[in-house]
Amino acid sequence: MQQVFKRPVSLKDVQTHFCPGCHHGTIHRLVAEALDEYGVQQRTIGVASVGCSVFLYGYFDIDVVEAPHGRAAAVATGVKRARPDSFVFTYQGDGDLAAIGTAEIIHAANRGEDICVIFVNNTTYGMTGGQMAPTTLVGQKTSTSPYGRNQSKDGAPIRMAELLAQLKGVAFSARVAVNSPKNLMDAKKQIKKAFRYQVEGKGFSFIEALSACPTNWGMNPLQANERVGSEMTDYFKLGVFKNVENL
Amino acid sequence: MSKRLFVKGNEAVAMAAIEAGCRYYFGYPITPQSDIPEYLSRELPRLGGEFIQAESEIASINMLLGASATGVRAMTSSSSPGISLKQEGISYMAGSELPGVIVNISRSGPGLGGIDASQADYFQAVKGGGHGGYHIIVLAPSSVQEMYDLTLLAFDLADIYRMPAMILADSVVGQMKEALVPHGRPDTLLPAKDWVVRGKGDGEQRVVKSLYLGDGELEAHNWKLHAKYRELKEKEERWEEFETEDAELVIAAFGSTARIAKTAIMMAREAGLKVGLLRPITLFPFPERAFAALTQRCKRILDVELNTGQMIEDVRLSIARDADVFFYGRPPGAGSLPTPEELLEQIRKYC
Ligand SMILES: Cc1ncc(C[n+]2csc(CCOP(=O)(O)OP(=O)(O)O)c2C)c(N)n1
Ligand code: SF4
Repeated sequence: MQQVFKRPVSLKDVQTHFCPGCHHGTIHRLVAEALDEYGVQQRTIGVASVGCSVFLYGYFDIDVVEAPHGRAAAVATGVKRARPDSFVFTYQGDGDLAAIGTAEIIHAANRGEDICVIFVNNTTYGMTGGQMAPTTLVGQKTSTSPYGRNQSKDGAPIRMAELLAQLKGVAFSARVAVNSPKNLMDAKKQIKKAFRYQVEGKGFSFIEALSACPTNWGMNPLQANERVGSEMTDYFKLGVFKNVENL
Repeated sequence: MSKRLFVKGNEAVAMAAIEAGCRYYFGYPITPQSDIPEYLSRELPRLGGEFIQAESEIASINMLLGASATGVRAMTSSSSPGISLKQEGISYMAGSELPGVIVNISRSGPGLGGIDASQADYFQAVKGGGHGGYHIIVLAPSSVQEMYDLTLLAFDLADIYRMPAMILADSVVGQMKEALVPHGRPDTLLPAKDWVVRGKGDGEQRVVKSLYLGDGELEAHNWKLHAKYRELKEKEERWEEFETEDAELVIAAFGSTARIAKTAIMMAREAGLKVGLLRPITLFPFPERAFAALTQRCKRILDVELNTGQMIEDVRLSIARDADVFFYGRPPGAGSLPTPEELLEQIRKYC
């Protein structure tokens, strides 16, 4: 019998600590598949961030450096410059990348560092208990926006994929989701493309993956999955915002 | 390589870094240390290295963290306000047991303060300036030659003990031009870097991290770090003694103030006063044994610093019980650098 589905070799055979219905696990898997696809697992150095994905090294069978909160892009810069032959990616949440780490991500992107960034946007600070994030939707209630995000005071949610696409150093920027089989297949394709760009030395590539956080959204997994496909994708449009191959 | 050069202290640091095999530098401009990045931005690309002018000191210390995790020799430099920004990263490097050299050509504060020579970052440097309870190696050069020598040493000690090492100096030592005799790095035996991330290949996964959540893990990790600090104290305390044999008063001073103190001591000796100098070269580990031994015979110490009194706390903890410590300090700022004559006046008070 032919085996049609198996665990990527870049992933360890362990259970994750993610909540039921969390998309981090699915995104981990897609990243691992892309590492397998290009056969780069053995020369990969992952950079973990601070957030629910901090245990990256517990799930990926690759070398990992843990960065301080928000600093993954700077750490990855140091890693890649020192070891240009390694394959380097960061994996960061929206609090990590779009709030405390904004300067680091913008400048790593602008320098065109030859790294891949996986940005997991779940519109909240998952690990610390569901506070407002820079990506929290207007009107969304969180533990620190109990009346809903107020645009006039809190600003509008930041669209990182579009923002970074403006920078010359960025070779590829796309927003994907994993809430439906169709979106998942597309996400897989875009992640692979992003990884291929680094393999080919094309420069900085950015994947924003919309992600469900049922626990902090006060939803069950199905409702949370549904929200990704409705409210979230209404504001955070899926698509490719920059692709040097098309320029 | 025994040519005599006439260079600035900051340039000596940059030259020594290259001699030490450092090929990666990350920094952000700030006075009075910009000669270091300027030198390295010119030289490193020629040597196949990388120079990055980062977006901030926060980014540069994290680039250092990343580069160091791969096993290369790398460094950053800054001055006081920038060093404050680096503290988060230094704490993570200490927790992750990463070597790396950090240069602080410190300036006066607090806040924006001024750009004048200062020793007000002593506490921040030696007591673990970031969160979580740790130490880094701190070396305090007082001449251009020592800027060179101690930078070479900093890279070796950082690798041997797997921890960050800091050069703590100020604009007096950094901007001053003096004779320098550059030399090769000592052939110190360095431990193999079998912990670095490199892409796992067919081997075991390696992780560089400071997060320890398992029961008892972090406690054990802290004791492990502590054991290194004790080993440093046993093996690496360094200091200079000048005219201490018969001294009835000994000045305790490091870096720039030790230079001024030396001139004052020579003047005092000419006037028949029995004064000497004990100059800590390592601020962490602090030369406790030197102070303990000295104060068995000399009972009066005059601690001189460019601040309102920081190193004096470590001096007090190190001396014999029946010794006295006096203090002369000048908070750093324009016009506050004491002259040898001013120090001589202080010496006379206690002789
Ligand atoms: C300097 C610093 N500030 C705050 C924190 C606390 N903290 C830990 S994770 C986190 C945010 C996590 O949210 P996000 O990046 O969106 O990732 P998620 O957990 O949602 O995957 C915060 C604020 C910290 N660890 N360090
Ligand atoms: S808190 Fe949210 S982001 Fe974190 S594991 Fe649970 S569902 Fe996922």
